[in-house]
Amino acid sequence: MPTKRRKGKHVDSAELHSRLRESATFPRSVIAEIQRAARTGIYDIRGFGAKRSVPTFDDLLFLGASMSRYPLEGYRERCDTSVTLGTRYAKKPIELKIPITVAGMSFGALSAPAKEALGRGATIAGTSTTTGDGGMTEEERGHSKILVYQLLPSRYGMNPDDLRRADAIEVVVGQGAKPGGGGMLLGQKISDRVAAMRDLPTGIDQRSACRHPDWTGPDDLKIKIQELREITEWEKPIYIKIGAARTYYDTALAVKAGADVIVLDGMQGGTAATQDVFIEHVGIPTLPALRQAVEALQELDMHRKVQLIVSGGIRTGADVAKALAMGADAVSIGVAAMIALGDNSPDLEDEYNRLGSSAGYYDDWHEGRDPTGISTQDDDLSGRFDPELGGRRLANYLRVLTLETQTLARANGKSHVHNLEPEDLVALTIEAAAMAKVPLAGTDWIPGHGKF
Amino acid sequence: MVHQFDLDHGTTRELNHALHEFSGSDEAAAWQIRNANGLHNLAVGIDAPLVVDIEGHVGYYCAGMNKYARVTVHGNAGPGVAENMMSGIVRVTGSASQYAGATAHGGLLIIEGNASSRCGISMKGVDIVVHGSVGHMSAFMAQTGRLVVCGDAGDALGDSLYEARLYVRGNVAGLGADCVEKVMKDKHKYEVEGLLREAGVTGVDAAEFRRFGSARKLYNFNVDNADAY
Repeated sequence: MPTKRRKGKHVDSAELHSRLRESATFPRSVIAEIQRAARTGIYDIRGFGAKRSVPTFDDLLFLGASMSRYPLEGYRERCDTSVTLGTRYAKKPIELKIPITVAGMSFGALSAPAKEALGRGATIAGTSTTTGDGGMTEEERGHSKILVYQLLPSRYGMNPDDLRRADAIEVVVGQGAKPGGGGMLLGQKISDRVAAMRDLPTGIDQRSACRHPDWTGPDDLKIKIQELREITEWEKPIYIKIGAARTYYDTALAVKAGADVIVLDGMQGGTAATQDVFIEHVGIPTLPALRQAVEALQELDMHRKVQLIVSGGIRTGADVAKALAMGADAVSIGVAAMIALGDNSPDLEDEYNRLGSSAGYYDDWHEGRDPTGISTQDDDLSGRFDPELGGRRLANYLRVLTLETQTLARANGKSHVHNLEPEDLVALTIEAAAMAKVPLAGTDWIPGHGKF
Repeated sequence: MVHQFDLDHGTTRELNHALHEFSGSDEAAAWQIRNANGLHNLAVGIDAPLVVDIEGHVGYYCAGMNKYARVTVHGNAGPGVAENMMSGIVRVTGSASQYAGATAHGGLLIIEGNASSRCGISMKGVDIVVHGSVGHMSAFMAQTGRLVVCGDAGDALGDSLYEARLYVRGNVAGLGADCVEKVMKDKHKYEVEGLLREAGVTGVDAAEFRRFGSARKLYNFNVDNADAY
């Protein structure tokens, strides 16, 4: 145990801290942030998603089979995982083998080999990947069998040729990490190639707008979506991505605006670079947002007709299965996919230490110094990253998520993961019971509905 | 031969599909489209050097994402005319509503009347020539390309501007954050002369224009500029 010299005598550190009382209002992390702010005069910008604790899928449990429900035999009795997206209007809906997609992450935020790995991994696993705020790269298109092309407020790199060679189009209204916020890519990540794709000078901070330049609400978004459909001959599914905020109404308005698919991103969803205050204090968690979205779809008789993809804190097959049971058609992963590629690996502890961080804590993705070569535009760093190996790692992870999801579905007697239902779930906490509208375990009580 | 299409007897979908049949071809086929009647999304996503004349006023996003075609609207245009245009020429003989030429990457947009607010928002290489005036927040976050306004400009011209060059002949109600007036050198006069000529503006002297551009003070974050962010 390290010792500290204090007033001339040795003090045992553990003994010292057992006597000292840390303020709940001003713990060391808050003191460090106040002093960082005082030193620099700049708010904290970082990547990753919300770090605060919120009610999550971990607060739900499956009931499993029992006297009244019989389970399916693992590995023998089929449990289907296929998903079709875009059945409402698109002439060419998307067929996924698994109910897990890879979320939009830009070339710019991520290196070209990392984007390639996402495409390779998703393709091996039979699912889609998504572009981001920086346009479509050849690496990404070439290695992604199913590629979703995002239409963002900045419109960096937006062009009709890429629209026509995309498999689906995602109109990004908001993002869970920052509903109402725009993008930011600091100058150190604006390499010549990134700059050229975005029609900006090299090395300047790139500020993406928070609102679209040519529509402002659901009425003109409807016209905008019709334009996209006209340009692409009504072939492509059109997604609308919303950050979890006023989710019930936002979902209803997305249906009105003509979405084939709604992508709902909860506050735990990741970001490449956003103000910490925005990440931690705006938007609602994935759990209640999902329930509100499903309710809106059901009331409009659009559940399963307009497909729902949920993201924001999906890590395990349990998260996937619970999201599907609550009514999602698929989930999407971003941060978890980066971690599967190697982000925050303990193998790189020394390098994280040199950046003033530690494996498990590293979130300065905006600075472009990522030792894994994932969130960087530095050629030396990104050159370390092997896109083939990364693709295999992501595919492995997606397979594990799928197997775990099937395990839970079979345990509840379901022959398709979409047959999971809220009745299979109970909540461990009153908060989760209220938000997910499933009963507290061992009771038939849902807060706000009937008496305990 | 001029292809004829009457929107009183055919749909927007049928029209656009017919225009897309030429995608990738070099054929400069002529199209005359009647009875636009304010319909949205007319002649969007063309990918051929067609010559398209639209009779009547058009709604949202006319000629959106145009490539190579020369589209003329004989009337007024609704919001987002020629949005995200890549190349070609779009001409509006009347006035245009909000965000004309938004995010357009190339080509030439000519508005013979006035343009409303946010003309050239986030433009990425297009040239826009407005015979009349433009509304507030025009060229907001404009990245590259040139905006020439023969009349006046509204409030907050060129807010958060990047490298686009703005030329205004009349009054400017106000400049947005980081937009400043710059010296009009000979090369800029030649540039304006060329654009006026391409846009069919006559009787206007390039020497009467003032030039505006980015002060480039917001290019990298500096806490002393915090009130401008």
